Amino acid sequence: MTVNLHLSELDRPNSYIGKTVPRPNAPRLVEGRGVYVDDVVLPRMVHVAFFRSPHAHARIGEIATAAALAVPGVIRVFTGRDIADICSPWVAVLAHLKGLKSAPQHALAVERATWVGEPVVAVVAATRAAAEDGVAVLEVQFEPLPVVADMETALDPDTPLIHPELGDNLVFQRLHEKGEPDAAMAGAAKVVEAVFHTGRHTGVCLEPRSILANYSRPENQLTVHHSTQAPHMMQTIFAKHLDLPEGNVRVICGDVGGSYGVKVHVYPDEMAVAAIAKAMARPVKFVADRLESFASDIHARDHRIKGRMGVDAQGRIVAMEIDDLTGIGPYSVYPRTSAIEGNQVVNLCGGPYDFQNYRAQTTVVLQNKTPTCQYRAVGHPIATAVTEGLVDLAADAIGLDPAEFRRRNIVRDDAYPYTSAANMRFEGLSHQASLEKLLTMMDYDALRAEQVRLRERGIHRGIGLASFIELTNPSPFMYGIGGARISAQDGCTVRMDPDGSVVALSGVTEQGQGTDTILAQVVAEGVGVPIERVRVITGDTQVTPYGGGTWASRGAGIGGEAALQAGLALRENILVVAAAMLQAEAGALDVVAGEIVDKATGQPRMPLAELGRIVYFRGDTLPKGLPRELVATRHFITSDYPFAFTNGVQASYVEVDVETGFVRLLKHWCVEDCGRIINPQLVDEQVRGGIVQGIGGALYEHCLYSEDGQLMTANMADYLVPMAAEMPDMVIGHVETPTRESLLGAKGAGEAGTAGAPAAIMNAINDALKPFKARVTAMPFTPERILAALGTIPERRL
Amino acid sequence: MKPAPLSYARASDVGHALALWREAGPDARILAGGQSLLAGLNLRLAEVDGLIDISRIASLRTIDLVGDTLRIGALTRHADLERSDLVALHAPALAQAAPLIAHPAIRTRGTIGGSLAYADPAAELPACMLALDAVIVAQGDGGERRIAARDFFTGVFETGLEPFELLIAVEIPVLRPGRAQAVRELARRSGDYAMAGLVAAADVTPAGLRDVRLAYFGVGGSPVLARAAMAALDAGRPVAEAEAALDDDLDPSDDLQASAAMKRHLAKVLLRRVLADLTGTEQGRPA
Repeated sequence: MTVNLHLSELDRPNSYIGKTVPRPNAPRLVEGRGVYVDDVVLPRMVHVAFFRSPHAHARIGEIATAAALAVPGVIRVFTGRDIADICSPWVAVLAHLKGLKSAPQHALAVERATWVGEPVVAVVAATRAAAEDGVAVLEVQFEPLPVVADMETALDPDTPLIHPELGDNLVFQRLHEKGEPDAAMAGAAKVVEAVFHTGRHTGVCLEPRSILANYSRPENQLTVHHSTQAPHMMQTIFAKHLDLPEGNVRVICGDVGGSYGVKVHVYPDEMAVAAIAKAMARPVKFVADRLESFASDIHARDHRIKGRMGVDAQGRIVAMEIDDLTGIGPYSVYPRTSAIEGNQVVNLCGGPYDFQNYRAQTTVVLQNKTPTCQYRAVGHPIATAVTEGLVDLAADAIGLDPAEFRRRNIVRDDAYPYTSAANMRFEGLSHQASLEKLLTMMDYDALRAEQVRLRERGIHRGIGLASFIELTNPSPFMYGIGGARISAQDGCTVRMDPDGSVVALSGVTEQGQGTDTILAQVVAEGVGVPIERVRVITGDTQVTPYGGGTWASRGAGIGGEAALQAGLALRENILVVAAAMLQAEAGALDVVAGEIVDKATGQPRMPLAELGRIVYFRGDTLPKGLPRELVATRHFITSDYPFAFTNGVQASYVEVDVETGFVRLLKHWCVEDCGRIINPQLVDEQVRGGIVQGIGGALYEHCLYSEDGQLMTANMADYLVPMAAEMPDMVIGHVETPTRESLLGAKGAGEAGTAGAPAAIMNAINDALKPFKARVTAMPFTPERILAALGTIPERRL
Repeated sequence: MKPAPLSYARASDVGHALALWREAGPDARILAGGQSLLAGLNLRLAEVDGLIDISRIASLRTIDLVGDTLRIGALTRHADLERSDLVALHAPALAQAAPLIAHPAIRTRGTIGGSLAYADPAAELPACMLALDAVIVAQGDGGERRIAARDFFTGVFETGLEPFELLIAVEIPVLRPGRAQAVRELARRSGDYAMAGLVAAADVTPAGLRDVRLAYFGVGGSPVLARAAMAALDAGRPVAEAEAALDDDLDPSDDLQASAAMKRHLAKVLLRRVLADLTGTEQGRPA
C-alpha cells in the first residue's frame, strides 16, 4: 500500500525525509545542558508557593496572613481577592459545542474552594523553601460544603449544586444519531452489551509545570518563560486576562520535559504567577512540585460507558450504541474546554468499522475533583476500548475468531473517501493492510496454537487485538470555529545566512518528542543543505511565525508542511540569485548538499557560502533590482478535511496468573499508518512511548478519591506509572498512506500508541480469562479487580 | 517539597552520635541512608527538630562472620547485602530480599539499620529478621543491648528501641546444614512495596519441613510470625491446614492496592509457592 504520491521530485542525494537521523538536540539534553524554566534565573527573582484547598468543597473564610508574613524570606501574600483585581476570571466554553456551560474561574479561589488542591493563597518569598514555610503557617478558615464526588449521582435532584447559578451540574450533553439504530438492533442476530470504565488518570511529566513571569513597568511588557505546548495561545490569554496589549506579551518556551497535553491548558496557579509578576514588577517563578502536580495538573479519562453492538448472522456489525458519562471536576478547563473528551468518544467509537446505524450520547457533569481536560490521545483510548471490547464480545457471540471478525467488518482499503457512522470523514486509511501486516508480524495462528498448548498446563495466556483511528492535523473545526483563539494554521520562516547555513523559525514546539529534528530534516531537504547546517528555533512568540504550537499530533503534518514549503521557497529565491551570478537559467540549476549545481548533470557550480558572501557583502556586484530575498516564510492549514485521520491496529499478548490476578505483558505489536514517515526511529519511539502510556491507563494509573473528595494517590508511591521492568517488547510496523492535502503527506503519530494499547490489553486479559468465564471492563485492571472477576475475593469499590 | 527548617549535625562515631542526640533532644532523628526519612521531611509529613547524620561512620558498614553468627553493621547498604558472599552463604534470605527493596539508586543509599529502625510494616528486612531469629544490637549511653527480633517490632513504625539508643548492628545465626530459606513478595511493579510478602526458613527433612519460620510483611501493622501455620507445618500437617491457620495468624487491613480479603488470599498463595521453593520440588512461577 506504500504509494509514493509526491516525493519523487525530492528524492535526491541529500534526502532526509524518510530517514532516521540523529536528533540534533540529544547530546545537549543528555549532557544536562538543557535549559528548562527552572534553569532560568533572573535578577530580583522571587518564588511562589501556594496554599491549596484541603477541602473538596468549602466556603473560604478569614485568611490570616500575619504569621506567614513574619517568616524570614517571605515578601508578600496574595489572596484570591488580591489577584482578582489584577487578573480577570474566565469561562471555558466553545460556541460549536452547543449548550456547553461553566462558571467563571479565578486564578485563586475567591469565595469557595471546589477541589482538593485548588490554589487559594499565594506566598511570595526569596526562596521556594521560605515560601513553603510561609504556606505552612497560613491560617485559612473554611466552612466545609457538601461534596459532589460520584458522577453517577451528579445530576440527581438531591445532589447539591457546585455552581448554583448554573442551575444544575450538567456541563454538556450531546446526542448523535445516524441511520436506524433501534431497527437494526432489533433485527440483529446477536446483540452484545457491556459497561466499561476508564480510570481517571493524569499525564506525569518528567518536568513539572513551570513558569517564570517577569513584568517591566516602563515598557508595559510581560515576558513569560513557560513550559508550554502553545506559546502563542498563552500570549493571547495572558494579554486578555491581565489587561495588556497582546503585542506586549512575550512567551518564551525553552526546553520542555514532556507535556502529553498537560501543558496546553490554562492553570489558575500559573495565571496567578503572571498576575503577581505584574503587581510586583519582578520576575516570579513557580515550579510545581510532585504533590501539587497530582492535585492540580489536569486529570482525564474519568468515564463510564454503556455500550451495545448488534451483529447479523454473518458476523457483520449492523448497529452500535453508546452512552458515555464523564465527570470533569468543578470547572470546564480554559480555553479548550472539558467537553472535548466526551465529544471525541462520540466521534471515535466504532471508527474503524463499516456500519451506519449509530446512537451515541455523552453526558459531561461537574464534580469536586481536580478538573479534567485533554490528555494525550483525547478520547481515543476510551472509544477504542469500548469499540474493541464490544467487537470481541460480538465475535464470541457469533462464534468467529476475533481476527476474522475484524476482517469482515473493518472499512475496506478501497472504500475511501469514507464517512463514518459518527460523520467523521476519512481521506484514506489502511485498516485491511494494517491488520494483515500485524497478523503476519505476530504470527497470529502460531500464537493461538501456543495459547491452547499452554492452557493445558494451567498457563493462561491471552491475545488481544485493537483496531483504531487517530485524529491528527486538526483544522479550525477543532477549536477556532468555537471562538477560541487557538491557531490551526502554522508557519515557518527559513533564512540563509552568509556562510550558507540555514535558520528555521517555526510556530510548532518541541517537548522532547523530536519536533526540532523532523523540522531540520524537512528544511534541509527543502532547501538542499546538509542537516548539520540547519538550526531550528521554536517557542518564542516574538521570534517565530504565529502558530498553534504542538498538540493533537499537528507538529509534523502542519508544522512540517509549512517548513517544507518555506524551504522550497528559499531554494527558489537562492536559485534566482545563483542564476544571475552564474549567468544561467534558474530552472537549470539546483541546490544540493549546500552547493549550487547544474540540475541536469549534478556538476557543482558554487557553494552556498559564496552566494551568501556576495549577497550580504558584495551586493553591489549583483544587478540592481535583482530579488535577493534569502528569507522565506510559508504557512499551512488543512482545508479539505477537518482532521487528517490515521489508523492502526495493536495486539497484546499477556499471561494472567489466575492465583494472584497479576498480568504479565509478554509482547506488544502495533502497525500504524501516519502517512509519510519523516523519521522512522522517531515515529517508532513515539508509538512505543504512547503504548507505555496506554499500558499505564490499562494496568496502573488511577487517581483515586475518597467519598469526600480527598485525592488518595497524590504521590509517586500511590499513583503507579508504568515502569521499564514491566514493559514488554514492542514491535512496530507501518503502512504509509500519505495525505494528499500536503506535499509532505505527513499525518500525526503522537496518539497512536496510547489510543490502542488499553483496548488490546483488555481484550488479551479477557481472552486469557475466558476458560473461567470471567471478564474485566473497568480500568485499571488491577490484580484485585482480576481476582474479583474470577470470584476469588469479593469486589471492592475504589 | 522543601523540608521545614531543621538543624543538622554529622556524627564521627557512635559515641559522638549519642552525645549529639542528647544535646539535640529526644525529638531529633537519626539520619542513616535517608531514603524514607528525607522523603517524609520533604513532603512535610514529618517534622523533626534536628537530624544527626551517622551515614559517614565507617565502622557501622560491616559484614562479619563471628563464630556461628553473621554480624551486619547498621550502615550496611541494601546493595551490600545483594553483593556479599557471606550473606549469600549464611543468610540467603537477605540476599534474596535485598533486590526486592525499591530500586538500585535507593538500595545504594538505604541501610539495613535504617530500615529496621523505621519499621515499615511493608518492608522486607524486618520480616527477614523475624524469620531468621535475628538479634538487634542497640547501643545507648549504658552500653550495648541485645533485643530478639520478635520483641523488636512492636507496631506500625514502632520498635523496642529506647530514646537515645542507636541501632548499631544485627546478629543472625548462620544457616545450618539442611536448612533452607526463601523469600517471595507480590508487588504491582518491581520495586514497589509488596501487597503481601513472605520470608520463610525451615529444616528440610525426609519427613517434611521442621522448625518452620514464616514471617509475613505487608499484611499487618508490623511483620508477623504466622505461628499457627508454623505449628501446623512443624506437626507435619498438610499445607492446606497451614493455609487455613493463616486466617488466625493474620489480620491485615485494606490499603489502596489490596483489600484485607485479597491480602489473606495472597498470603496463602505465597505460602504454597514459598514452601515449594524451600523443598525444591517445584520452582514455582515467579511471584
